[in-house]
Amino acid sequence: MDRIKKEGEIRIPSGCAISGIISKKGNRFSGQTAIDSIRLMHDRSNGLGGGFAGYGIYPEYKDYYAFHIFYMDTIAKNECMSFLEEHFDLINLSKIPTRKIPSITDEPMIWRYFLSPLPTKLAESQLTEEEYVVRCTINVNAHIKGAFIVSSGKNMGVFKAQGYPEDVGEFYKLEEYSGYSWTAHGRYPTNTPGWWGGAHPFSLLNYSVVHNGEISSYDANRRYIEMFGYKCNLQTDTEVITYMIDFLNRKKNIDLKTVAHILAAPFWSTIERMDETKKLEYKYLRNNYESFLVTGPFSIIVSYQNGLMALNDRLKLRSLVVGEKDDMVYMASEEEAIRVIAPELDSIYYPKGGEPYIVELETEVQ
Amino acid sequence: MKVNLIQSEYEVIRDQSRCINCRLCEKQCSNGVNYYDKKLKVMLSEEWKCVNCHRCVAVCPTHALKIVKSDHCFKTNANWSKHDITNIFRQAQTGGVLLSSMGTPKEYPVYWDKMLINASQVTNPSIDPLREPMETRTFLGKKKLDIEYDENHNIITDTKPQMELSLPVMFSAMSYGSISYNAHKALATAAQELGTFYNTGEGGLHEDFYVYGENTIVQVASGRFGVHPTYLDAGKAIEIKMGQGAKPGIGGHLPGRKITKEVSKTRMIPQGSDAISPAPHHDIYSIEDLRQLVYMLKETTNYKKPIIVKIAAVHNVGAIASGIARCGADIIAIDGFRGGTGAAPLRIRDNVGIPVELALAAVDKRLREEGIRNEVSLVVGGTIRSSADVVKAIALGADAVYIATSALIALGCHLCRSCHLGKCNWGIATQIKELEDRLDPEEGAKNLVNLISAWKREIKEMMGGMGINSIEALKGNRLMLRGIGLSEKELEILGIEHAGE
Ligand code: SF4
Ligand code: SF4
Repeated sequence: MDRIKKEGEIRIPSGCAISGIISKKGNRFSGQTAIDSIRLMHDRSNGLGGGFAGYGIYPEYKDYYAFHIFYMDTIAKNECMSFLEEHFDLINLSKIPTRKIPSITDEPMIWRYFLSPLPTKLAESQLTEEEYVVRCTINVNAHIKGAFIVSSGKNMGVFKAQGYPEDVGEFYKLEEYSGYSWTAHGRYPTNTPGWWGGAHPFSLLNYSVVHNGEISSYDANRRYIEMFGYKCNLQTDTEVITYMIDFLNRKKNIDLKTVAHILAAPFWSTIERMDETKKLEYKYLRNNYESFLVTGPFSIIVSYQNGLMALNDRLKLRSLVVGEKDDMVYMASEEEAIRVIAPELDSIYYPKGGEPYIVELETEVQ
Repeated sequence: MKVNLIQSEYEVIRDQSRCINCRLCEKQCSNGVNYYDKKLKVMLSEEWKCVNCHRCVAVCPTHALKIVKSDHCFKTNANWSKHDITNIFRQAQTGGVLLSSMGTPKEYPVYWDKMLINASQVTNPSIDPLREPMETRTFLGKKKLDIEYDENHNIITDTKPQMELSLPVMFSAMSYGSISYNAHKALATAAQELGTFYNTGEGGLHEDFYVYGENTIVQVASGRFGVHPTYLDAGKAIEIKMGQGAKPGIGGHLPGRKITKEVSKTRMIPQGSDAISPAPHHDIYSIEDLRQLVYMLKETTNYKKPIIVKIAAVHNVGAIASGIARCGADIIAIDGFRGGTGAAPLRIRDNVGIPVELALAAVDKRLREEGIRNEVSLVVGGTIRSSADVVKAIALGADAVYIATSALIALGCHLCRSCHLGKCNWGIATQIKELEDRLDPEEGAKNLVNLISAWKREIKEMMGGMGINSIEALKGNRLMLRGIGLSEKELEILGIEHAGE
C-alpha cells in the first residue's frame, strides 16, 4: 500500500475546540486550569492533536528565546544542534520533562533551549534580532528534515502532541508550570492522522495561534505571504494565519485591531455606512491588503506577550464566547468550557463576526 | 474558360415551400449572396460569397433559411486538409498574405476546459449568495504594504492610482474604426452602468464619448492615432499596447475604406487613407524605453492615472512581465493567442503566441517568486467565454479579465471571422451607415449589461460554493482548481494538482 501522505505534504482540513485564559494583572496560574477548560470540550476533538501555549512560564530565562523542538531522530537532532550552535549562544538546554501515559505514543525527542543570537552572526545578517530568530526558525522547519521548532518566543512555550488535549497536558506535566496566560487546543482533523508538529498552537517568535475552522482563502493567503520569506511547511490554516499576523503586526507595525480588520474585513455594505474618514480608511485597508483577507469559518485566539486576541470570521461561522471575572478573561469555543473553571462570571460576551476581542495586560509583567 | 478553384464552404439552404419571396435576405446581406430570379420567380443564392454570418437566417420571417457546411470535398487526405489546399490555391492566384479576423478557429487546447472548480462539503460550509453578502468589488493598481498615520492617528489613505470595478470583468480594446460608432457607444454605456471599464483601442476617442471618461481606458498604440493630452486625460487609465494576442509581433492595418470622415477626425489621419500601426513602437526598442513612455504618460497626467501595459502571451512571458512590473507599470494586461482581432494575417493568428492560461500561470508565479506581485495587477484576456472562465482565471492568479469577443457576441456578432472585409452584417465591424444602423446602441448596451449581470450572479454562486464570500480570497487561490486530462508538465506550469488529488 502507498504510504499515506504526512501533514505538510498534503493539506488536512480539521475542526476543533479552543480555549484561552489570561490574568490582566499578570498573575501566574497553573496550566491545570487550561487543561480543565479544554477537557470539557473532549467531543470537539478526536484524539489526533492537542496542545497548549503558556506565557510567563520561564521568568528566570525571560530575556532569552525559548526554543521547543521536536526531533524525529538523532540525525535531525545533530544537524539542528549544529545549526543552533552556529547561530546562537546556548544558555541552557534540556529535555522537556514528560510523563508516560498510555494514550500518547510515538513521541519524538522533545527538547528545550534557551538561546540568544550570536552577536557576530546577528550583525553580519543585518537583520533585527527578532527577524533573525524568525528566519532561523523558518530555515530549520523548512530545511532540516525531522526537526521542527515548535515555539521560539521569549518567556513562553508551546506544548503539543498527537492525542486528546487533556492527555497532552498531563503528558507534559503542565500542572507544574504557571503562566499569566494560557491557550489550549483540541483538534479534529478530517482525514489522515495529523502529526505532532501539525497540532496547535502554531507559534512563531512571541505569537501563537489556536484556531478552529477551515478557511477557504488558504491558498490565496499562502501564496501571498510566501512572497515575504515565509514558508508554509505544514499547510495548515493556523500556520498561514500566524505568518500573516507576524508580517502585519511585527514587521509592518500595524496594531492588532487593525490587523483583525484586515484578516476579517468588514463587508462593503458595512463600510458604506461608516463616516467619510472611516470609509476611506477601510477602503484603503481592503484594497491594499486584499490578499490577507481570510474567508471561510474560523475562530482564533492569538496569544502574544502582552495579551490575547479572540477573532471570528466575518460571518461568524464558528462559535466563540468571552467571559470576564475580576481580572481574569476567558475565551472558548463553548461557554461551558469557561463555566467549568469559572462558574461565576461578571460578564459574558459573544463577539460578532470580524470583531476582535483584545485583552491586554494592565501592568508590565515582572 | 474561367476555372474556379475555390468552392464555397457553406451552402444557403432555402426551403422553397416556406419562402414568400419577400427579398429581405437579399436586402440584408451585405455580401450580395441572395437575389431574386425574375424568370424563375424564386430566390436564389450565390453561396460562394457567403461568410456564414446568419443575418439572413435571423431576419427571414418564415424561417425558410439555414446555412450548412458544404459537403463538397477533396479526396480524403490526413495530411492535406481542404483548408491547406484552398489556401495554396488562393495564394497561388493572388500572391497575397492570407487575412482573417477574430480568434483562431484551430483546435488548440483550451486549458479553461481542462480545469475544474472546487466546492465545499461538510468541513467548510458553502455560502448562499442570496442570503449572505457576496463581494466582487475589485481594485486594480499597485498595493501599498505600509500604513502611515496623520497627526490624529487616522490612516493616510493616499494610494497609487487605482481603478475600481464592481466585478473583475472589463471590455477590452476595440478601436473606433475597426468597430462602429454604435458598437462603441453600447460598450461605453454598458461599462458605465455596470461600474466597469471599456477600452478605446488604438483609434482615439470620439468626442461624443468623453462623457464616459470615468469608465474608459484610453489606449496608446504604436500608431499613436488620436493621442493628444486631452485624450490622455479623458480616461480613468491609460493602456500602452505593446502587443495583441491574435497577432503578436506585428502592428495593425485598418483599410482606408473604414476611415470615414468621423473615424478620420478621431484618429487624426486623412479620410480614406489606410491606418497602419507599425509592429514595434518606434520609440521603444527595449525595456528602458518602455519605462520612459510609462513615465512620460504619468508625467503628462500628473501621476493620476494607472498605466496598463498590454502584451501578447508569448514564450518567456514571465520574464517580460517581470521587466514591465519593474518599469513602473501599474497593471499588466496579457492577451492570449486565441484572442480576437479585427484583421490579422491568418498564419500569425493561427501559429504565433501561447494560450493565456499558461501565460497567466507563469507570470503570476514569476512575480510572486520575485516578491513583486503586489506592485502590479494582472488582467488577462483572449477567450474568456463564460463566468466559469472568469472564476478560473482569478483562481489562477488574475486580478481581472478582459472580454471582447464575448461582448461582441452579446451585440449580435456571429463569429463569421470577416471583420476585415468591413461589411459586418450585424453593424459591428463596419463603417457603412446602413449596416451600422442595424445595431441599436441602447439595446446593445442592455444586452451587455444582461450578460455581465448574469455572469456576476454565476460567479457569486461558484464563490459561495467554495465558501468564499469575497473575490480577493479567490485571487491566486489555485487550491480551488484541479486539472483534468493534463500532463505532469502542464500541471506544473499551471501550478495545480490533478483532479482526484
Ligand atoms: S453572408 Fe450572412 S446574410 Fe449573407 S447569405 Fe451568408 S449568412 Fe446570409
Ligand atoms: S463582428 Fe461582424 S464581421 Fe466580425 S465576426 Fe462578428 S459578425 Fe462577423
